[in-house]
Amino acid sequence: MDNTNKMILEFESKSQNESFARTVVAAFAATMDPTIEELADIKTAVSEAVTNSIIHGYGDCIGMIIMRSFISGNEITVEVEDSGAGIEDINKAMEPLYTSRPELERSGMGFSFMEAFMDDLEVESVFGQGTLVRMKKRIGKQAVKGYTQQPGQSVI
Amino acid sequence: MQEGRRHNKPDKRSGKEGTSYEISGRCLIIRLNEELDHHNAILIKDKADRLIERNHVKHIIFDFSGSGFMDSAGIGVIMGRYKKVIFIGGKIAVASVNSVVDRIFRLSGLYKIIDKYDSVETALNHLK
Repeated sequence: MDNTNKMILEFESKSQNESFARTVVAAFAATMDPTIEELADIKTAVSEAVTNSIIHGYGDCIGMIIMRSFISGNEITVEVEDSGAGIEDINKAMEPLYTSRPELERSGMGFSFMEAFMDDLEVESVFGQGTLVRMKKRIGKQAVKGYTQQPGQSVI
Repeated sequence: MQEGRRHNKPDKRSGKEGTSYEISGRCLIIRLNEELDHHNAILIKDKADRLIERNHVKHIIFDFSGSGFMDSAGIGVIMGRYKKVIFIGGKIAVASVNSVVDRIFRLSGLYKIIDKYDSVETALNHLK
């Protein structure tokens, strides 16, 4: 199946754009015929990445967030990039329950959710320059954590 | 949208459908009518905390019947409210969660500290 597609979106780091961003990716991914759970996984992961850029990347300033998404066959890639603060210690940032801003009542689960809900997660960051999160998910393989479907079984 | 609205506190927000709040005895019912992300979490936290202090709230019920999406910000909202009521022996309950939200609760381990009910009414009966 020759199924490729690509989109690039640029928006301001305002919190109301969290729902905008995840809704855009969900609509973009809809052509892949994902299950409701797969779509929810992608939406949650995108929401986490964009929220991170808004809260941690830009903090109290407003900057631009670039979101790219590519479809290749049954795999969707989503990149969320900011030119914000960057992450000093990526391993520390990715620890479950770790948050650099406990005063915001953040749960520290952002990266954990991205890892749990997507098949592949890469984080590139230069401290002081910005962060790029790249996530991939294969649609139709049903190996979603937290569910108990048989691997390889397609519902489409 | 809901059955049995008792002691309903009118919300000052006009026209805009958003999250609504209701005090029933010492329970605060938060009827989420929007996706529970970081953006909405900020407003919900502020409003809930004011109601908790003003009304001596002990238990909090989050009604998800109008909300089908939550991310880690929702975990922060619930854990933050949990810390507020746990000292006075209060409990946190969630009602009418769909499979998407349910999975977030399970993955995060939140069900260790909160209880899930089919409906707000069932939750109220258990908490009263």
